[in-house]
Amino acid sequence: MRFESLARLGRVGLGALERLGRGHLLLVGIVLGVGEILRRPGLLWAQIFNIGVLSLLIVGVSGLFVGMVLGLQGYYVLAQFGAEQSLGVMVATSLVRELGPVVTALLVAGRAGSALTAEIGLMKATEQLSGLEMMAVDPIRRILTPRFFGGVLAMPLLAAIFSAVGVIGGYFVGVGLLGVDDGAFWSQMQSKVDFEEDVVNGMIKSLVFGVVVTWIALFQGYDSVPTAEGVSRATTRSVVHAALVVLGVDFVLTALMFGD
Amino acid sequence: MDYGNTDPLSRQPLAVDARSADRACMREQPFATASDVLVSIRGLSFRRGDRLIFDNIDLDIRRGSVTAVMGPSGSGKTTLLKLITGQLHPDAGRIEVDGEDVHRLDKAGLYRLRRRMGMLFQSGALLTDLTVFENVAYPLREHTDLSPSLLRKLVLLKLEAVGLRGARDLLPNELSGGMARRVALARAIALDPLMLLYDEPFTGQDPIAMGMLVALIRQLNDAAGLTSILVSHDVRETASIADDLYVIAEGQIIAHGTPAELAADPSAWVRQFMDGLPDGPMHFHYPAPSLEEDFRTRGTV
Repeated sequence: MRFESLARLGRVGLGALERLGRGHLLLVGIVLGVGEILRRPGLLWAQIFNIGVLSLLIVGVSGLFVGMVLGLQGYYVLAQFGAEQSLGVMVATSLVRELGPVVTALLVAGRAGSALTAEIGLMKATEQLSGLEMMAVDPIRRILTPRFFGGVLAMPLLAAIFSAVGVIGGYFVGVGLLGVDDGAFWSQMQSKVDFEEDVVNGMIKSLVFGVVVTWIALFQGYDSVPTAEGVSRATTRSVVHAALVVLGVDFVLTALMFGD
Repeated sequence: MDYGNTDPLSRQPLAVDARSADRACMREQPFATASDVLVSIRGLSFRRGDRLIFDNIDLDIRRGSVTAVMGPSGSGKTTLLKLITGQLHPDAGRIEVDGEDVHRLDKAGLYRLRRRMGMLFQSGALLTDLTVFENVAYPLREHTDLSPSLLRKLVLLKLEAVGLRGARDLLPNELSGGMARRVALARAIALDPLMLLYDEPFTGQDPIAMGMLVALIRQLNDAAGLTSILVSHDVRETASIADDLYVIAEGQIIAHGTPAELAADPSAWVRQFMDGLPDGPMHFHYPAPSLEEDFRTRGTV
């Protein structure tokens, strides 16, 4: 009985390792297919549109509300120390360093990542990927590579838009509703938010999240069981795994970037 | 006629009468010579999990013929096509297509070989975001540098051959099942392949669509000088167009011959399959303890 549990545990572990290996091999295949998008840039633009432009609404609206909440909460905390004029710095730093990249990645995982997984899973279930193989067209290079780079490039742009709209939301609540000085809000933000330390690091984070979210979404679709239930499970796994990995990687990156 | 010396890329369409005469000759030949054989399978074994799908089978597909592989559901017919096209790897044995060992080719070699193969999938496998025209144009755009005007003419010709030139602007979700398969067929012949593989082409088709597909498969094979491999369990339709029939079951080839030879084959396996008998060597009931014993066993639903 004890050995049976141990054997089961071993099987689960080996299965997980095998999936991880398959995932990494797929990533290598996707990256090696970069020549395909250099030859046909139209494939990349189409995916930047699908993943980036079509996510603009959800990212913009979420950014606005997150910025407004930051304005409200930040004001009440800062007011206790008489530092409400620093609201702009607090809102901008929180958005650029953390909330912009992380929340955007979670939103993209939910909107575009799940769509990618379902699309690839259904292409597999309806033999479209096998059909491409039989036409001597590599589905990894033709289908997955443009989607991967589309997601990787769209993520930092979306995160930047999220942060910018969030700052406007914070400004609206802080200056418009709570009476923080307009000049102090912008000037303190300008002097305290560092381009390299805050903005570039935030961009690097969102680039890494772009790789993680798109890779997980594509792998889950490509590795899905080609049935209705299999694609449904893969779609759920795609969002759950992407969200957990984004939060975990965020901790590691934050520790590396701002740890000392 | 020496099929072995025929260059597939420069093949000219042959008159149907001449092809029919060749088919008659092929049926009379008891053994195919090496140059006659386009696909040669030797000692093929393939296992899926614990289940042995093929157990050391040998099979030949002759050039210019329509060869049907028949067998009950789950007997490995589609798996055989995937093995021939290199989508699956055998556990043992060798598959040669036009003299090339499919499973020893690198990826580039395999893709070069696949450009000379067309496959009609059971579902059609059309790209759902592209129109009928774009689906047929897809392999041409990928593998040739044809001018837009020549490409258009070629696609229209392929669609004309399957009777769907008028449907070129429709999306796959606007097509009936039969139409989708005909579009897939037009796409499969877009690059003028050496051979065509059909995976259950008649499944789920109404009688009219089925009649069209049956006629198309034979006509395409004869007019374009193709070699066709057809897997199916539709006995009547398949036997009506095949030159050569293989019946597989339980990992073995249980019969091989012309449709007429198989119609006269007295073996119980062949009779059960060809005549559609509900019970025989292949049992109606899935292996289980007796019903009485099952009733006596305590258990929950």
